[in-house]
Amino acid sequence: MTVIVDYDAGNLRSVQRACAEVGVRARITNDAERVRAAERIIFPGVGAAGSAMRSLRGRDLDAALTEAVAGGTPVLGICLGLQISLERSEENDQATLGIIPGEVRRFALSDPALKVPHMGWNEVRVVREHPLLEGIAPGDEFYFVHAYYPVPRHDGVVCAVADYEGDFCCALGSANYFATQFHPEKSGRVGLRLLERFARWDGHA
Amino acid sequence: MLSKRLIACLDVRDGKLAKSVRFVDTKDIGDPVEKAREYYLDGLDELVFYDITASSDRRSIILEVVEAVAEQVFIPLSVGGGVRSVQDATDLRLAGAEKINVNSAAVRRPALIAECAEAIGDQNVVLSMDIRRVGESAGFPSGYEIVIDGGRRPMGIDALEWTRKGERLGAGELVVNSIDADGTRDGYELRLTRMISDAVRIPVIASGGAGVPEHLYDVLTDGRADGALVASMVHYGDYTVSGLKRDLHDRGVKMRMSW
Repeated sequence: MTVIVDYDAGNLRSVQRACAEVGVRARITNDAERVRAAERIIFPGVGAAGSAMRSLRGRDLDAALTEAVAGGTPVLGICLGLQISLERSEENDQATLGIIPGEVRRFALSDPALKVPHMGWNEVRVVREHPLLEGIAPGDEFYFVHAYYPVPRHDGVVCAVADYEGDFCCALGSANYFATQFHPEKSGRVGLRLLERFARWDGHA
Repeated sequence: MLSKRLIACLDVRDGKLAKSVRFVDTKDIGDPVEKAREYYLDGLDELVFYDITASSDRRSIILEVVEAVAEQVFIPLSVGGGVRSVQDATDLRLAGAEKINVNSAAVRRPALIAECAEAIGDQNVVLSMDIRRVGESAGFPSGYEIVIDGGRRPMGIDALEWTRKGERLGAGELVVNSIDADGTRDGYELRLTRMISDAVRIPVIASGGAGVPEHLYDVLTDGRADGALVASMVHYGDYTVSGLKRDLHDRGVKMRMSW
């Protein structure tokens, strides 16, 4: 069973609908035991890091996720799900899960014409081959909505970048953990393909 | 860099697609779910549903339309028309809307913007504004006035003043709809769009008046809009979504060209 982790961080049904479109039945759950037992885990979310962490801890979901990642379960983080997999976020100066070494920073842009949040379609450039990014071609764009971006400590985990007054990491992968800053569920066919590949992924990079 | 967005607006009344000309004289032109899917497959960047259903007891129909569209369209979906409360916004979000448009009810009670921003996030609250040209005066320093209730009721509020207030209250995006240009196919109102784009730090979507591809180019360059909203240009088959995007791309506007 594929589960979508529910921790009061945004509307998860769009992720569930996109999974259904590619033939994957995914169950939305806030039950830590179901997360521990899942074959695959999708960890989405929008909102603030502080309240998200409180909600995860309140349901023991922080431990369940960390254990599942350590145990080899394929996990796909999306947006806030990616951000709180790092160690620390500038948002609410919050300690986060620490699955990936590094931190999350707010966009500080010098060009006043560039708006924060970074919202809309932007090109995703693959910088390291990964099974989930197969088939993404130069010029392919994904949908983004975020004011904070990940800064992993090790360049080796960065799989793709996007440009917003300089490149930032927009997809990262480490063993059975993979995450995107963009929203595959709102990115048309290229996004659906990524979800489809996740559904078949054995967790090996 | 972000691409400019091509956005199609579907006015929905009693679950059917309608298109207004200068906000009156609406007529039905088809099935919104079918149109939405067609535009999505043709490369549309974002979809807006505007519920113009008059009677409040038929308002749940829009939720069914949104739900049906969300099951087969995987781009951001924005819904507005008659949103009066956080509950309305939350219901639409659950049905599958990404962003919620507030308009008349926010002018009547500005706190609605802040309440929605708190409940669903700033970035998901779109302040949609119907604006008419009135000429500069002491009461209207910008020369434009906010009008509500589908263009019928002038509010005596300066458009630029309302724009700034909306941003302050937590709107994440603005739709600038020129009542003078709406349905004319003579082009967006560039001066108004540029004035508002220059006054805020949130994205601005231009609406009303598009008739030929050149109009989209003008508003995305001179008008400094982040997105251009079209309706009749594509609804009646005069232009296609992909054709418009190709045209803008060929003129040098950054557009998403693969889907």
